[in-house]
Amino acid sequence: MDQESAAASAGSLISLNEHEQRYYSGLHALCQAAAAAADAPGKLSSSKVAELFKASQLPPECLHKVTEVCGAKHLGYFGTPQFYVALKLLAAAQSGLPVRLESITANLPLPRFAGLKNEPEMRYTVAPSSTDAPAALCGLAPGSVPWTPAERSTFRHQDISADKKELWSPPHSPCSSPPRSPQTYCSYPYTKQRNGVDPQITSESLSCPRPIVQLEQHSSPSHYLSNPSVEHPAKLQTSSERLGQQSTVDYSDDDPWRITAEQLEYYTNQFKSLQPDLGALILGAVVKNFFTKSKLPIPELSHIWELSDVDRDGALTFTEFCIAFHLIVARKNGYPLPESLPPTLQPGFVQQEEDVPDTPESSEPLIVFEDAEPRPCPRERSFAERLQLSSGTSKQEQEEKSIEEDLGVKSSAQDKQTLQLGEFPERPELLHELDSQMRTKTRPRSYSSTSIEDAMKKAEEPPTPPPRPQKTHSRASSLDLNKLLQQGTPGVKSGWLLPPALPPRPSTSQVPHFLNVSDKVSQNKVQQPNFADFSHFREEEESTVKPEDQAPGSTFGPSTEDLNSSKQDTSGASHNQVPPKPIRRKYHPEGQNLETGPPPAMPLPPPARPSQKLLSRQKREIQMAIRKNRETNAVLTRLNSELQQQLKVVHKERVTLESQLELLRPLAST
Amino acid sequence: MAVCIAVIAKENYPLYIRSVPTQNELKFHYTVHTSLDVVEEKISAVGKSIGDQRELYLGLLYPTEDYKVYGYVTNSKVKFVIVVDSSNTSLRDNEIRSMFRKLHNSFTDVMCNPFYNPGDPIQSKAFNGIVSGMMVQTG
Repeated sequence: MDQESAAASAGSLISLNEHEQRYYSGLHALCQAAAAAADAPGKLSSSKVAELFKASQLPPECLHKVTEVCGAKHLGYFGTPQFYVALKLLAAAQSGLPVRLESITANLPLPRFAGLKNEPEMRYTVAPSSTDAPAALCGLAPGSVPWTPAERSTFRHQDISADKKELWSPPHSPCSSPPRSPQTYCSYPYTKQRNGVDPQITSESLSCPRPIVQLEQHSSPSHYLSNPSVEHPAKLQTSSERLGQQSTVDYSDDDPWRITAEQLEYYTNQFKSLQPDLGALILGAVVKNFFTKSKLPIPELSHIWELSDVDRDGALTFTEFCIAFHLIVARKNGYPLPESLPPTLQPGFVQQEEDVPDTPESSEPLIVFEDAEPRPCPRERSFAERLQLSSGTSKQEQEEKSIEEDLGVKSSAQDKQTLQLGEFPERPELLHELDSQMRTKTRPRSYSSTSIEDAMKKAEEPPTPPPRPQKTHSRASSLDLNKLLQQGTPGVKSGWLLPPALPPRPSTSQVPHFLNVSDKVSQNKVQQPNFADFSHFREEEESTVKPEDQAPGSTFGPSTEDLNSSKQDTSGASHNQVPPKPIRRKYHPEGQNLETGPPPAMPLPPPARPSQKLLSRQKREIQMAIRKNRETNAVLTRLNSELQQQLKVVHKERVTLESQLELLRPLAST
Repeated sequence: MAVCIAVIAKENYPLYIRSVPTQNELKFHYTVHTSLDVVEEKISAVGKSIGDQRELYLGLLYPTEDYKVYGYVTNSKVKFVIVVDSSNTSLRDNEIRSMFRKLHNSFTDVMCNPFYNPGDPIQSKAFNGIVSGMMVQTG
């Protein structure tokens, strides 16, 4: 009869609902665990079963009755069906029904067992095993039930069946069966211990709070208190903090989103492992590799990045890193990612550290304006505009300034700069410098924008060849506008530039003197050859001059002609701004035509007349000035041509890079 | 307020396209696709003289009876296309420009995200938020 009853009950076992099934199988596994090796398969260790029965807190005679009814007594051991029946009987007994087979068929709650050693585990595992809704149930950690019945009821409303809610109160059933669907959350503490992946460790303290946030958000923080206190002594500190709040504190975003000191310290260590300098940035690629280790899905990581990179520079400061790390930790523990940063995670809240401008990653210096301007320029402008929109932190200001500097240099026109934010009070001189100088000076300051530009460039455009300041410098050193302009007079450089500068054609009468002067001038290349010329000319002018149709460098004809025409009144010597190069001399015999008619007019007054001397001096000065301007023009023209050449070269490079990128692009997009 | 906003990659496949849901989305997809021709034409038309910066904002690409299409292209040949309702005459050019600027900025942010692979469809919530802000508020 017992067997029949057992069979019948076994048959009735089929009517176990899903949760009971799981629960029972968990218990079954538990009872089987220790002694399974020794016992015959299918037999449960009686000691374990006895323990379980005792945990049900039923009177002993009741337990005996259960044993008897379920058929184990008859069999002498607890087989699986017997065990299940026994569990059902226990549940019946606990709910007050008589221990009889008939009671099994009733819709029973799950049997409750108290005081089992694996209590906290069960809390963990029971919770997920009882629902399919990972978020919902995980959030409703069983531990919450004993403390906040009121809230528990609200939890119950969240797609929990009646059975499940009972499940919580006896959360300690040894559901050692591996936690099911939401096990990622629950098994987290276990797996964490196995793989020492760093980001997970800190989640210990947070492992308890399930995504309550998803729920009505009013569970007390206490629900996650119990769990950490039991299982994670390491994080007891943090959990104890929350223990203190064992009231119906509204589960606001603060608690899980607040970075504790311990976590902060941990994050700091992690930051240091990536980037020793706490004030520096971590590049996005580095961050990507690091956070990918946390095994969160990429879209979530992407969202975390968006939340944490507050200044949008493609790299993380220490503060941002902490925010990101904390979000990852929270996510790992089951918190859904917020749509925006919680107030306690704002960078202003978390101690903010200013970025040090000198980061090592300014490898790719800001684009020198010789490079292809159209490419980076608008992007820079967009950066600046974007920064316009965003709030102005000092770092952003730096970026703005640096970007503005970029723009200032790149843009050929001043209007670009004005187009940018006008609020660069500290950097007007920079703009000025940029206008006149190469960029190298400003590069170190604008690392942050450099990083943006780097990322941007790499992402959006074929990587621009790094600017070649050396090249430009070396080339342009001779065309250093700054010096040119600052000196105001054709100094050393200009002396060197004289070849392009159109030396004025010597008057025909002064050609021989021209030759002499050229010698002299070649000797003193440096200083004011014009002046020297003048003086020489003045002295030699009086002597007879043989008109000769020669002019140095007819290639520079226009300016010389201009000079000539403009200086017709003055001594032709003024035109003899003989380039120091001896080459010039060759031109002379080439017989280039000169409009030397007027020049020979000898505007120089005879030395005998002081007034005319004065006039001539003035004229000479004017001519000198004019000549300087001419030279400057020539210099600029040459500079322009050189820059154009460089630009062409860079364009070619860009085209090749773009073609390469296009070749690579199909690989990436597929 | 835009009716449809699209981001098209350099190879002329869409990275992101979104229209006001009540309308026939396919129609907007076609519109954006055909507008690409005009965009290409405009890009090539701007003289590639060295040193001359190409204008990013392309302006009105072409108008139809129902709507107008505006274009914007970045230096990396990523194109933004905005389709606005023709009946919405209050939209000035500046507003369209500012919309493109915002788009460009948020696109840059998406690009900056190291977890975003260029060429992937854009799935950023922030970007979605920006676009939603610009779309027509229907009902």
